[in-house]
Amino acid sequence: MKQVFKRPDCLVDIPFHFCPGCHHGIIHRVVAEVLDEFNLREKAIIAASVGCSVFMYDYFDMDVIEAPHGRAAAVATGVKRARPDNFVFTYQGDGDLAAIGTAEIIHAANRSEKVTVFFVNNTIYGMTGGQMAPTTMIGQLSTTTPRGRDPQEAGHPIHMAELLATLAGTAYSARVAVNNVKNLMKAKKATKQAVRAQLDKKGLGFVEYLSTCPTNWKMTPEKANRRIAEELIPIFPLGVFKEEQAPAEAGVG
Amino acid sequence: MPVTAIEPKGKVTFREDRCKGCGLCVMACPRKLIIVSSRLNNEGYHVAELVDPDRCNGCALCAEMCPDVVIEVWR
Amino acid sequence: MEKKRKKALVKGNEAVAMGAIEAGCRFYFGYPITPQNEIPEYMSAHLPEVGGTFIQAESEIASINMLLGACSTGARAMTSSSSPGISLKQEGLSYMAGSEIPGVVVNMSRSGPGLGGISPSQGDYFQATRGGGHGDYRVLVLAPDSVQECYDLTMLAFDMSDKYTNPVLVLGDAMLGQMKEPLEFKKYQPKKFEKKWALTGAKGRKAQFLKSLYLDDGELTVHNWNLFAKYKRMKEDIRYEALFLDEARLVVVAFGSMARVLKSSVKMAQDEGLKVGLIRPITLFPYPAEFIRETSLQVKNFLAMELNTGQMVEDVRLSVEPGTQVDFFGLPPGSLPAPDVFLKEIKKVYPE
Repeated sequence: MKQVFKRPDCLVDIPFHFCPGCHHGIIHRVVAEVLDEFNLREKAIIAASVGCSVFMYDYFDMDVIEAPHGRAAAVATGVKRARPDNFVFTYQGDGDLAAIGTAEIIHAANRSEKVTVFFVNNTIYGMTGGQMAPTTMIGQLSTTTPRGRDPQEAGHPIHMAELLATLAGTAYSARVAVNNVKNLMKAKKATKQAVRAQLDKKGLGFVEYLSTCPTNWKMTPEKANRRIAEELIPIFPLGVFKEEQAPAEAGVG
Repeated sequence: MPVTAIEPKGKVTFREDRCKGCGLCVMACPRKLIIVSSRLNNEGYHVAELVDPDRCNGCALCAEMCPDVVIEVWR
Repeated sequence: MEKKRKKALVKGNEAVAMGAIEAGCRFYFGYPITPQNEIPEYMSAHLPEVGGTFIQAESEIASINMLLGACSTGARAMTSSSSPGISLKQEGLSYMAGSEIPGVVVNMSRSGPGLGGISPSQGDYFQATRGGGHGDYRVLVLAPDSVQECYDLTMLAFDMSDKYTNPVLVLGDAMLGQMKEPLEFKKYQPKKFEKKWALTGAKGRKAQFLKSLYLDDGELTVHNWNLFAKYKRMKEDIRYEALFLDEARLVVVAFGSMARVLKSSVKMAQDEGLKVGLIRPITLFPYPAEFIRETSLQVKNFLAMELNTGQMVEDVRLSVEPGTQVDFFGLPPGSLPAPDVFLKEIKKVYPE
């Protein structure tokens, strides 16, 4: 028999701090598998974010720069411009990317920065204890929407994959889920495409991963996993929203 | 020590000290061969285990779904 | 480029940009704000000529974080702004200080608080010299008083930044940024700085990271004390200018544009037979406290003069020996009187 599944090489052999059943662990592994496949460990520089994903420097056997909350796309811009031959990516949560860092991600995409952005949308602030995120669903309970998110008071869940797809500088934008193996395989494919977008110098590659947060959703891992299909996907549809075919270097096309 | 199950088609190992007992592997196994056992690891989590190793074909769906990279698979 | 000439008549802002490129700065990230726009404009025109990169960012916050990213790879990079924009950069400055990442930030300050105005002001002294952002940190602060120094001190800022792996702030103001003076170009003498910490990809070495997060028991305590020790080491690079201190009976202390105007006032006082000296701190952090203390052993009357309601005067009072009289004359932003106005103020406190 030969080994058909093992820990990706670029993932440091230490336990994750994530809560039981949290999809961050799966998404970390998917990203690591793809980076291994493209042999990018020695070329990668990560702009890490703030939130549950803050410990990238412990988990990925790669160079890591810590970005302030929300600023990973700007930090990645600085890194990539200074080191264009390196592979530069961010890994950010919904509070980080879609609230405090909205300007940074939109303008990094708009400038067609040759970076890859992995965005984890679990509809809540995890690290700080379950406050409303920009992606929180209408009616969803959080510690700052104790009566459920009222769109007239607290706004609507923001759709980053679709939003970024409208920008000319975005080379690839997709939303995926990892709640079952079928979706997970699509997630891997999308991850690869977002990596290729940078390697082929097409522009910014973006993948939004729907994720659970069993702890702050106050659900068992199993129930949280089911919520992805039952509640999140109907509001956050999966799919590829932008896929640039030709290199964007030629300019307006 | 990893608990090993061997049968002609597939083999999976669980790195129990890393298991958090979330049960996503239980949901993923198409043959329903995995349970969250009553055993605890040092972290205090009930660990997942394969109950019928002979029927495992090494499809690796459990490993794909494991958020803690606990499972390795051979086939 | 103007480099081929030996001298040129340029604005302080242009001198900053020229000094930066001469010192090997190849990445600039900025956002427009008056009165420093000649810096990004110059960089956008001339960085590409030397293979560099200019980005007009979406905000000052994005600019400082691009700086953080570029400098984390070991590259020489700069951002510039003016007071309200520098406030926005404090987040990034704190992270850079905490992560020990070099980088040069220029504040051609305007007046505040709030939108204030675009006239010269020294109201950012506290922000500049006390760290400015959250946490217990400092940045090395260089304060030019001429177009030439805008050039020279910007070059020095890159060396200081690499030497201490810490952000360095060049603090000018609207007057220095906008005024034109002859600038003599100087060749930058490159110094070797080992940058083992630079993030270049983990090829042929272990993966490494730059961060400011320390959660383990006692870790952050050690980190803060290490930073403190570094800030103390910066004292070896203290700079100041001293004029007419021999036999002085009154010492005026001022920095930047204010010191520039006061040089004329002090000369006028000397011409009238008044023994008035001038100390001009060039590094505002670290402050030339020891030199001021030594001077106060001989001279018992000091006058701090600033374009604000009294900030640096606190450092003068902290520096002098007990029993020294420290007076203050402040001129909040909005006007910049001529040297004779300041001479009158000097005469008011000149010891009989």
